[in-house]
Amino acid sequence: MSEVSAAAQPDDKRVFYLENEHPHADGGSTALGFWIYLMSDCLIFAMLFAAYGVLGGNYAAGPSPKDLFDLPLVAVNTSMLLLSSLTNGFAMLATARGRVAATQLWLGVTILFGLAFVGIELREFAHMIGEGATPQRSAFLSSFFTLVGTHGLHVTFGMIWMATLMVQIAQRGLIEANRRRMMCMSMFWHFLDIIWIGVFTFVYLMGMLR
Amino acid sequence: MQAESPAVHFLLGRFTLESLPIHEPILVVTFLVVALLGLALVGAITWYRLWGYLWREWFTSVDHKRIGVMYLVLGIVMLLRGFSDAIMMRLQQAIAFGGSEGYLPSHHYDQVFTAHGVIMIFFVAMPLITGLMNFVVPLQIGARDVAFPFLNNFSFWMTTAGAVIVMMSLFVGEFAKTGWLAYPPLSGIQYSPDVGVDYYIWALQVAGIGTTLSGINLVATILKMRAPGMTMMRMPVFTWTALCSNILIVATFPVLTATLALLALDRYLGMNFFTSGLGGNPMMYVNLIWIWGHPEVYILVLPAFGVYSEVAATFSGKRLFGYTSMVYATVVITILSYLVWLHHFFTMGSGASVNSFFGIATMIISIPTGAKIFNWLFTMYRGRIRFEEPMMWTIAFMLTFAIGGMTGVMLAIPPADFVLHNSLFLVAHFHNVIIGGVVFGMFAGISYWFPKAFGFRLDPFWGKVSFWFWVVGFYVAFMPLYLLGLMGVTRRLRVFDDPSLQIWFVIAGCGAFLILLGILAFLVQIYVSIRDRERLADVTGDPWNGRTLEWSTSSPPPAYNFAFTPVVHDNDAWWDMKRHGYSRPLAGFNPIVVPRNTGAGVILAALCTILAVALIWYVWWLAALSFVAAIAFAIFHTFDYNRLGTVAAEEITGTESERTRLLAGTAAP
Amino acid sequence: MNDYGSEKREQVTVGKGNCIGRMPADRGAHLSSFPGLRILCVLPFAGLLGACKAVVLAPAGDIAIQQRDILFQSVLLMLIVIVPVMALTVLFAWRYRSSNKEATYEPDWGHSVHLELIIWSAPLLIIICLGAITWASTHLLDPYRPLDRLDAGTPVADEHEPLVVNVVALDWKWLFIYPELGIGAVNELAAPVDRPIDFRISASSVMNSFYIPALAGQIYAMPGMRTQLHAVINEPGEYKGFSANYSGAGFSGMHFDFHGLSNADFEAWVAAAKSKGATLDGAAYLELERPSQNEPARTFASVEPGLFEAIVNMCVDPAKMCMNDMMAIDARGGMGLAGARNTLPVAADAKGGRKAVFGPRPTYVASICSTADPAGLATLPERSAPSALMLRDDIAGPSPSLSLLDRFAPTGASQS
Repeated sequence: MSEVSAAAQPDDKRVFYLENEHPHADGGSTALGFWIYLMSDCLIFAMLFAAYGVLGGNYAAGPSPKDLFDLPLVAVNTSMLLLSSLTNGFAMLATARGRVAATQLWLGVTILFGLAFVGIELREFAHMIGEGATPQRSAFLSSFFTLVGTHGLHVTFGMIWMATLMVQIAQRGLIEANRRRMMCMSMFWHFLDIIWIGVFTFVYLMGMLR
Repeated sequence: MQAESPAVHFLLGRFTLESLPIHEPILVVTFLVVALLGLALVGAITWYRLWGYLWREWFTSVDHKRIGVMYLVLGIVMLLRGFSDAIMMRLQQAIAFGGSEGYLPSHHYDQVFTAHGVIMIFFVAMPLITGLMNFVVPLQIGARDVAFPFLNNFSFWMTTAGAVIVMMSLFVGEFAKTGWLAYPPLSGIQYSPDVGVDYYIWALQVAGIGTTLSGINLVATILKMRAPGMTMMRMPVFTWTALCSNILIVATFPVLTATLALLALDRYLGMNFFTSGLGGNPMMYVNLIWIWGHPEVYILVLPAFGVYSEVAATFSGKRLFGYTSMVYATVVITILSYLVWLHHFFTMGSGASVNSFFGIATMIISIPTGAKIFNWLFTMYRGRIRFEEPMMWTIAFMLTFAIGGMTGVMLAIPPADFVLHNSLFLVAHFHNVIIGGVVFGMFAGISYWFPKAFGFRLDPFWGKVSFWFWVVGFYVAFMPLYLLGLMGVTRRLRVFDDPSLQIWFVIAGCGAFLILLGILAFLVQIYVSIRDRERLADVTGDPWNGRTLEWSTSSPPPAYNFAFTPVVHDNDAWWDMKRHGYSRPLAGFNPIVVPRNTGAGVILAALCTILAVALIWYVWWLAALSFVAAIAFAIFHTFDYNRLGTVAAEEITGTESERTRLLAGTAAP
Repeated sequence: MNDYGSEKREQVTVGKGNCIGRMPADRGAHLSSFPGLRILCVLPFAGLLGACKAVVLAPAGDIAIQQRDILFQSVLLMLIVIVPVMALTVLFAWRYRSSNKEATYEPDWGHSVHLELIIWSAPLLIIICLGAITWASTHLLDPYRPLDRLDAGTPVADEHEPLVVNVVALDWKWLFIYPELGIGAVNELAAPVDRPIDFRISASSVMNSFYIPALAGQIYAMPGMRTQLHAVINEPGEYKGFSANYSGAGFSGMHFDFHGLSNADFEAWVAAAKSKGATLDGAAYLELERPSQNEPARTFASVEPGLFEAIVNMCVDPAKMCMNDMMAIDARGGMGLAGARNTLPVAADAKGGRKAVFGPRPTYVASICSTADPAGLATLPERSAPSALMLRDDIAGPSPSLSLLDRFAPTGASQS
């Protein structure tokens, strides 16, 4: 392929190494690597969605989504997560402008919204279990609790991550490494948002239509 | 054993003294041998005061080359364990005739074949290919390390942790008795209440995290860190296959993780994913596990194909035939490998159209695979073939794999599969492709790159001894299994009624014994090579007249791999450089930034191991403690911002001058 | 049809003479029109046939024979490319060895459009042929498809009423029920030659695979599900059947004898079964289903009607709700919040009674019984064709029994 052009080129002009190389910054592949990680995590959710798709109608003569889901509550919950994504975006904007205090503030607000989301979700779970709709009652409930619960666990880890970042930004400010971490964290958070849109649509909305 | 007190139960979970297999003489003897060998090893390391060296230079190393070598050592050590299982199985099946129960009760035999499968795939084949990819890929693309060096170390220790958990099951409790893919309901809590399946689940989960992270790492490395000028279509074929293999890892291991997590939820929380009573569906597990399981086969074999491509071109002294079609064939195989999983269970009752779709999709894979075989063939055509050990493995592979491929296509035809499924024919087929494809490829790769890693070649005589024992042993061991499959003998049987079958099992057992000699010869080869390292030394860094960039470095390469980042003009970059009168730079070195070694990976993996063992034995306080500790330690680690060090220009000048001196020494008469 | 048999015997003689007597005659259909091809087919396997026991290559049932023929055809087709590749590998390795300085050496030659074309098209053409064979044969030999021929020369006529045999894989033995004859057997199966057999297959606990190599290919036996296999045995004889999917400790002993009998012998076998042995009803089945190994073969003089349907629907224990009823309820949207508590704990020592460490005691969904039928068992015969977790729409048959739903409905109408 390149044989012809290579042969045409005089040998003495061929450069075989970079003589004056600038030591490149650490973390040049982080964004790509984190994207690949997110895709692999996405596959885990895809499997849980698939399991829900297969088993979601198997109530084992027990309760169905219509009997269990409180759509207004879920709508409130969804808005909590969407708002948290918005405030997370504000935190990123503040980071881009190098404003430490604003970044910290918006991160704090995001965590609060996240806490509200997880709290409402736990309350919903407790209510269902109290009604006898435990994860063990039917395959539908097993796959429901697992899918929604796995998302909730991710949100929880996201909040721990944000809290850690807040400490680190307080210690070192918005240095390059922290900006990179902010970027990964916010990709993670928006990713969870997108997963939740899927959960809300396929589990809750379509569950009520079943 | 009398009832446990609540305090003991709290402290030890479901562990009791009866969990130790002291009533099983085979295991006691095995334990004693392993313990003695282990003590001897620990003693030797202590005696020679090597602990500090090992910890500083190897265990905590973030150098991709050292991690690669450690993966290979792990794979070879686990090969011994997995092969012991194979010998035990062959022995049992060779004697359990005519009313004899053999020497293994079902309780033990069922663990043996399960452990054999799990260990050979996850802890032999995977570490071997990951090790080779880790070692070779950065060197081949002209990079100084992988994209995430610390993650690389952590991945290795997670894989090792999985192996440690499996090994632990040998002496504490038991392993799964379910077959290597642990189909429910058999693997559910109702039919497998013991620790075996839990060992299986957590060993694979821990190792699976390591594998996924290492896949992410290598994909990012190959996509982002290639030397200038190395376009995708100038990448060495091994790097291409590594890329495809790691894309498959990233895209399938999460499926395994999710599937095993659901099985764990069934077992620990009593959920109903794969049970039958309350709406669960065991067939879903079979589908999910094979959505991971089939691409896994290609994860293993693609890098082996890459090795053969490098070896065939190098030892034929010739450009690889059909580079472009080789690349496209690899990519096509990668994509198609997702579309064929159902051929593992044609017999589950899917409709004829579904079965034919998956059957035909499976056959289509044989087209690019066939093209690859032809490409290697025409690489040899009009070459100057040197029959060094790597090339011998390659030719043995081409002949053996053709047979394995043919029997594979036979099994891909659903009506034919109905009579061969789960038979010893199937067992013979997948050993034919995995030994003939993957294992031969790993031996080719190890003997090919060994001088690069250590600066001396492997002894060729013992290599040939090992080669012939392996190849002959393979045929003697598995051709009878093909035949037995055609006699309608199914797999995983412990005792047999029909005495006329015995002769074939005895022959297969002899074959396994020959393979054992092949493995021993390989170990002797390593010993002899280390002993005679002066005689076998290679100071050129390019003992085979290689074609790709790794051969441009010294052997072993310096920590920074390349003093100057190479610039690539052609595929077969090093061949091109040699031809165009490349002269090695001798001065003007700049300092190079390299990551510092860290013990964080070892500690995190150790915490994960403790967590897994606590979960297996229901020791909840320990599980909670180790979980919190692992999270806390991971967070603590992120507070370390100072992870990079610098190799000073003077140091590089020193290293490179030393090499210049060595090279001059070879030039002198 | 004896002509077929003797002709095939001669062909095989080419390979190994002394084995012929023991080998069931072959009714090879696909290949019979190409005698030359048949010899070619057999030759590669002549060595293998030396074992005399390669039942997969010399079966006695028409389905297995057709499956065997596909094996031969595919091997032949692939040898077209495999043999040249292996020969060329050896040839090139020898010819271009480095010591042979006479051979051409072209270190930069690495591309040829013509060769590439052959390299890709040769396997492609073979796979197109194989793909066509695959598509046709998979549909033709679909185990769910009723037979249309008894052997190569005999199409199925109206008088060939299939013999229905229900197969249940238990831990670790096989239960066979002949619903039309009202008899059953453990680890023993008999069928008349040249009569279609319609196997309906299920399991009580874990996955197994029902396989009689001489008769036909295997199919999985799974709990709560029903798979199907149509086959015919053409030669009288004793054949081996077994589970081909590992199922636990007693797996090795999970085999049985399959008697291919003439019509008269089969009548006698049935009469003998009817004259002795116990009755298999729900209670006896629950006893039988407990794990046991290496069970001796035995027959049941009578089997309670509807037992197999109850096994498939996992409601032999009358206290348990049948899967088909459960699915019917689910299809209507479940039983509401009240249904959440309509469960009873499984006894700790019963099948499925082990408690997961963090879970509650395992439960089953209680059947809903009426005052007219407190036990619920009386309804067994009325339960229609099982549809629990049915794999295939085309054989799912009628929708689940509505009898229970009718009772569940406010009007309380009793079942027909």
